[in-house]
Amino acid sequence: MGAVTGTAFVVATILKTIVFFVLLLLGVALATYMERKVAGFMQDRSGPNRVGPLGILQVMADGLKFILKEEVTPGAAHKKFFVLAPALALFPATVLFGVIPLGSPLPTRWGRVDMIVADVPIGFLYVLAIASLAVYGVVMAGWSSNSKYSFLGGLRGSAQMISYEIGLAMSLVPVLMLAGNVEMPVLVSMQQSFAAGPATYGMWFMLPLMVSGFFFLVSGLAETNRVPFDLPEAEAEIVGGYHTEYSSMKFGMFFLGEYFHLITTGALIAVFFLGGWDIPFWQGDNIRVLADGTVIGEPTWWKTLLTLIAFTAKTVFFVAFFMFVRWTIPRFRYDQLMDLGWKVFIPALMAYIMLMAVAIYALDTAGIEVGIAYSAALLGINFALALILLFLVDRGRLVRGATAKTRNRARAEAAAAAAGGSEGDLHAR
Amino acid sequence: MPGEVRIVERPESESSYVRAISKGLGITFKHFMRADKPTQQYPDEKWELGPRWRGTHRMAVHEDGRAKCVGCGLCPTVCPVNCIKLIPAEDENGERYAAVYEIDEFRCIFCGYCQEVCPVEAIHLGVHYENAEYSRERWVYDLARLCENDHPVTALWDPADPSSE
Repeated sequence: MGAVTGTAFVVATILKTIVFFVLLLLGVALATYMERKVAGFMQDRSGPNRVGPLGILQVMADGLKFILKEEVTPGAAHKKFFVLAPALALFPATVLFGVIPLGSPLPTRWGRVDMIVADVPIGFLYVLAIASLAVYGVVMAGWSSNSKYSFLGGLRGSAQMISYEIGLAMSLVPVLMLAGNVEMPVLVSMQQSFAAGPATYGMWFMLPLMVSGFFFLVSGLAETNRVPFDLPEAEAEIVGGYHTEYSSMKFGMFFLGEYFHLITTGALIAVFFLGGWDIPFWQGDNIRVLADGTVIGEPTWWKTLLTLIAFTAKTVFFVAFFMFVRWTIPRFRYDQLMDLGWKVFIPALMAYIMLMAVAIYALDTAGIEVGIAYSAALLGINFALALILLFLVDRGRLVRGATAKTRNRARAEAAAAAAGGSEGDLHAR
Repeated sequence: MPGEVRIVERPESESSYVRAISKGLGITFKHFMRADKPTQQYPDEKWELGPRWRGTHRMAVHEDGRAKCVGCGLCPTVCPVNCIKLIPAEDENGERYAAVYEIDEFRCIFCGYCQEVCPVEAIHLGVHYENAEYSRERWVYDLARLCENDHPVTALWDPADPSSE
């Protein structure tokens, strides 16, 4: 069945935009509610439970509160940018959602409707490009508020987000090396298995690329500015960070932006590493559209519905995981944050990319066909690498507290003293 | 120069970030799964107050509705924070009564001396605590309001049974 064309395409796109955006907004609203509930449960409380059944209408009450509160613009603030910043904070996460494939194609009377708002051929690059725009909202808010706390938050935010963007992009390089394509739907179909058509890996990339997945998860956490990476809004140190001076719905926009980001990051991890809308252990939902327009698999409306649910479940899983982390782990120190980004993530990822390139080349030259066996070999390599990485991190060589730092310094001094002749030793005795 | 920072030497098993994180996640997960929340759903479930709880005052009344107060003036005298205002008067039968009797509940420290000292067991503290008001003036309780209060009165401590409830 061919894709929809002409007027039907326009109508379908507009409908998809509206439906997905409304669903996303609903998801954001529910995410704020979920965060409160999760936080409550973790602290042995019951969370909001007064407004509506189980407190579900708390979301509405919050929204109403945001809108009804007095809006204050500081006199010394730069008005234009001050107003622009919240919009910029909200925008990237929202438009990112446009290129994420949410489900299997839906067959209609007018043709096949792909469950993706904009199937751009460079979806992957679009994701990286738009994700880096998120920093502008933070920087602009920090700068235009004309307050030292906002300014510090903005500076921290810009440094952090730019640092972790590198980790984010680099952790996706192995995915590209495997998939050999930058189209998001292709990335999904490469993780499924098919009877016909070009070979695929038949395994979610979280398995053959688990190290990558781990780095993407952590970088994504840092990109969303959430605990333990919430340095830009560290309320114990710099009041509220970049949104200190914001009130009413302008603050609400930052707040919503954070949750938009959370959901988008969860969705991206699902697409890149958890098979997107793929339902595990069932081949019936594996549908893909090849470049020449041939469809492999049987698209039906109920498959679309099931895959949409599967995708939502995966996204919710990651959102829940992020919340779980947020209410558990304390904030990093700023130097630890930067150490982790530049001294751990980037070198480790560089080494990893090289190792994976070698592994892929070796598997290709060994004549192993792309398929389950190929993925299994990569899975083995990755498992070993993950263990080594975990061991190194655990030994305090990579992320380290003050203890490891002084110990290493003491070791270095002892080594220098041993090498530097006996005079110092004599004095010491 | 800033002071020296003392750094505690810890073995790697204690200073490892990875192990600490896993442990922390385990702890929060355990609490997340906990079914018996200690939260009291306040307006729905209320406190069970002890019989000796000292709360909002209450004036005892005769069967015909008159306050039992005889205006002797002991309670304003004994009150350590001076929150009772009493102007006594005498009726045509020569019986004393309180023409004005006001208690400022804002000022009161709920020590219970007024109840202890009252010779006719007129003024009492009560087993009651929900007395939020929209204005400060409403916190000064006049005689009519004190008589209207119908919550249980505070039981006095019995020296013969010191550990009693």
